[in-house]
Amino acid sequence: MADTFTIHLKVWRQAGPNKPGKLVDYTVDNVNSHMSFLEMLDVLNEQIIAKGEEEPIEFDYDCREGICGSCNLMINGRAHGPKAMTCSCQLHMRNYSDGDTITVEPFRAKAFPVIKDLVVDRSAFDRIIESGGYVSVKTGSAPDANSIPVDKSVADTAFDYATCIGCGACVAACPNSSASLFTGAKLAHLNRLPQGEPERKKRTVAMVEQMEEEGFGDCSNYAECEAVCPKGISISAIAEMRRDYMKATFAGEEV
Amino acid sequence: MNLDSKVPSGPLEDKWSKHLNDIQLVSPNNKRNHDIIVVGTGLAGGSAAASLAELGYNVKSFCIQDSARRAHSIAAQGGINAAKNYPNDGDTIWRLFYDTIKGGDYRSRESNTYRLAQISNEIIDQAVAQGVPFAREYGGLLANRSFGGAQVSRTFYARGQTGQQLLLGAYQSMMRQVHKDKIEMHTRHEMLDLVVIDGKARGIVTRDLVSGEIERWMADAVVLASGGYGNAFYLSTNAKNSNVTAAWRCHKRGAGFANPCYVQIHPTCIPVSGDYQSKLTLMSESLRNDGRVWVPEEKDDDRHPNDIPEDERYYYLEEKYPAFGNLVPRDVASRNAKIVCDEGMGVGPTGRAVYLDFRDAIEREGRQTISEKYGNLFEMYENITGDNPYEEPMRIFPAVHYTMGGLWVDYNLQSNIPGLFVAGEANFSDHGANRLGASALMQGLSDGYFIIPYTVGNYIAQQDFGDVSKDHEAFDEAAANAQGQIDKLFEVDGDRSVVDFHRELGQIMWDKVGISRSEEGLKEAIKQIQELREEFWNNVRVPGEQSNYNKYLEFAGRVADFLELGELMAKDALHRDESAGCHLREEHQSEEGEALRNDEEYSYVAAWEFQGVNGELNEELHKEDLEFDFVELKQRSYK
Ligand SMILES: Cc1cc2nc3c(=O)[nH]c(=O)nc-3n(C[C@H](O)[C@H](O)[C@H](O)COP(=O)(O)OP(=O)(O)OC[C@H]3O[C@@H](n4cnc5c(N)ncnc54)[C@H](O)[C@@H]3O)c2cc1C
Ligand code: SF4
Ligand code: FES
Repeated sequence: MADTFTIHLKVWRQAGPNKPGKLVDYTVDNVNSHMSFLEMLDVLNEQIIAKGEEEPIEFDYDCREGICGSCNLMINGRAHGPKAMTCSCQLHMRNYSDGDTITVEPFRAKAFPVIKDLVVDRSAFDRIIESGGYVSVKTGSAPDANSIPVDKSVADTAFDYATCIGCGACVAACPNSSASLFTGAKLAHLNRLPQGEPERKKRTVAMVEQMEEEGFGDCSNYAECEAVCPKGISISAIAEMRRDYMKATFAGEEV
Repeated sequence: MNLDSKVPSGPLEDKWSKHLNDIQLVSPNNKRNHDIIVVGTGLAGGSAAASLAELGYNVKSFCIQDSARRAHSIAAQGGINAAKNYPNDGDTIWRLFYDTIKGGDYRSRESNTYRLAQISNEIIDQAVAQGVPFAREYGGLLANRSFGGAQVSRTFYARGQTGQQLLLGAYQSMMRQVHKDKIEMHTRHEMLDLVVIDGKARGIVTRDLVSGEIERWMADAVVLASGGYGNAFYLSTNAKNSNVTAAWRCHKRGAGFANPCYVQIHPTCIPVSGDYQSKLTLMSESLRNDGRVWVPEEKDDDRHPNDIPEDERYYYLEEKYPAFGNLVPRDVASRNAKIVCDEGMGVGPTGRAVYLDFRDAIEREGRQTISEKYGNLFEMYENITGDNPYEEPMRIFPAVHYTMGGLWVDYNLQSNIPGLFVAGEANFSDHGANRLGASALMQGLSDGYFIIPYTVGNYIAQQDFGDVSKDHEAFDEAAANAQGQIDKLFEVDGDRSVVDFHRELGQIMWDKVGISRSEEGLKEAIKQIQELREEFWNNVRVPGEQSNYNKYLEFAGRVADFLELGELMAKDALHRDESAGCHLREEHQSEEGEALRNDEEYSYVAAWEFQGVNGELNEELHKEDLEFDFVELKQRSYK
């Protein structure tokens, strides 16, 4: 049977966007090594609710399978916690030991305002996609799928970038709060496919500019983003983005 | 209740094209004068919103997540079917249609299912054009794999993240329309009621999940694409926020709820490990292409699986179903896993698991190939269980996965409330009593991209919408109703948590309305659910405030609805005195444990009309007879 143990937590509590926040101490007994980190927080919340003295801790999640990108915890100062290529929801308590103290905070960035406790507003990401992160194709007007052959290696690489879940860990980890890995990933996905080619320049310029407009910082190659990205998105996406942006703007064409 | 299916006459192959010729169009200039509400941004809602906005309608889109991109569809793993016959193995539209009808145990509508197969090919074209990076062969063309219940390779996939890639395609199309101001996006908004005026759906009431504000939205048509209700079982493979609230509130406003008892139990999930557990994780069915399912022949054999010699392993699916082997449909695989575990051959700490073994596939094809095909699933498994599936077999067990029941719709995907259209998993239409793998994505996208845009237009073209505003008394009443329930939830001020109620409901559902059902069990379940509901309304504790972000308040409303729906699911299961697909009634099975249908008496859709709830849930049963003009009803066999 799995062993049970005790965990101490320091959790960021903030009643609302313009309210002051602080770290609050909690202790959870009966933590089981098979629990996920979020299940451990569920158990803590059940304790808080049973006591009835304060409100349960708010945190975002949905799929709990590492794919929707909802969960966003800064765990001991690291976005999504200590395990590489793992979202907060897929982090299991077997990575911790009896008596550990863990600090839990939201993903912080100017462009991600806190809504409550650990929940932040990441709609800036939607607006970056909105500015050009798509192929303009009308429903029903597509040619037969096999009429656009794509080299397997190109398709595979496009896929690698397309797996970004939009969680925002890259932003939270970056000392400049840059969204370059997120934006670069979408560009690296669409820009390398034949379907994405016609809008390549326009897309690149629009998305890069929107990213700046949202208040994300510049990228200065810290590579912290790549280290925390749960999907292993490579920072070569950022290099590609820069190259494409330069080409598009130097060309002086209207975009 | 009017259950006119509005199926066009004529040969099966021509029904949809004939219908398209007949439906009325809204002129291009006029489209911008019409508002359409789309609830849900999954594959069904996202694709519908994008397509309607492209056509020129003003779309208002709603979802409960913080971004449309996070809708539950994102989690679908294995793939999407289409009858392209790219592998040249003999697939046709007819075959896809036939497999789907048969897989659903002849409890779906022929015409809808045929249309689904027809449209399937367009979906792949659409997705590829959007840049969805499907798996490809070295020649640059699309790759396929096989899925349960079919003998051809017709499943398109993007590694184990097909739903994610398809959803991002639809989401990106949506965001393009948001940019053009054709879609007004409302994230973190929960629909709490439907507004019906002069018998037509004219709007919805939502709660802003951040501010707690109750808001009113008006439109000429409402498209509900709010997903399935598998979370009635508490533990399921669904995302935590998936729920029935939007559909249930429509049901309470008069929309028929069809076949609620048809719940798909997926055979390959990671087994439960403890009572803190919040959800179950699916291991894609595609794993059964290469993984072999077995249990030790001996009961209570606690040797390590790698120490059990070949001749002491019972490959029960391969033995019982030689033609389909490990690729039998989900209901068959789930039922057989339960049987071997009931007989004491189950493995793992709880004895409620069977092995899914890749040893032979790794030997045959090499670790590299297997890792290319399933790498992310293997990692996920290891992450959750701590065991390495390259070194030892996975342990799997069935879990609730998908609901084939949903709001009743006609051929136009319109419910019995005019102006209320229902798409994707939220409707009942295409899968009958069992859904084959890789067909929910197909249905969601077929509904959203290729059906709803036409049929909603047809409806709008024929209406006179008159002069109605958000001050109409029906809006007042719906808003008061939504607020009233929230107030009531806080007033209870009891001492049992929402999660606790949900978990108890789930246990009742799993035990008595799960893989197999019996008359006695169902009657008990109904009683227990009634008692639990009563206790909920006397003893639930909802923490926090209503004018703030409050997840437990959201859950309380959803659990309240599950506590009603659960009773209806059990009632529907009780009344359907036959076995059909995923609905196995213990009283009706062959000696080998196969489901025995009763076509004479039960070849119909059961659509329930809400009559009120007062201690017990009152519902009136209406029947839509299923007519099979083009296929012959046969006992399903995968032997
Ligand atoms: C783990 C997993 C794997 C799967 N794999 C496959 C597969 O390989 N192939 C396949 O074909 N199918 C698969 N399925 C099934 C398939 O994913 C779903 O059936 C399908 O995605 C449902 O799509 P949908 O658009 O109908 O609903 P969903 O994607 O569930 O979307 C529902 C939407 O409604 C919104 N919503 C819900 N309630 C409200 C409300 N009250 N107010 C406002 N908005 C609301 C939500 O925010 C969401 O946007 C899988 C399912 C699971 C769980
Ligand atoms: S690039 Fe990685 S870290 Fe950044 S949003 Fe995408 S998945 Fe998350
Ligand atoms: S909850 Fe979906 S990625 Fe973590």
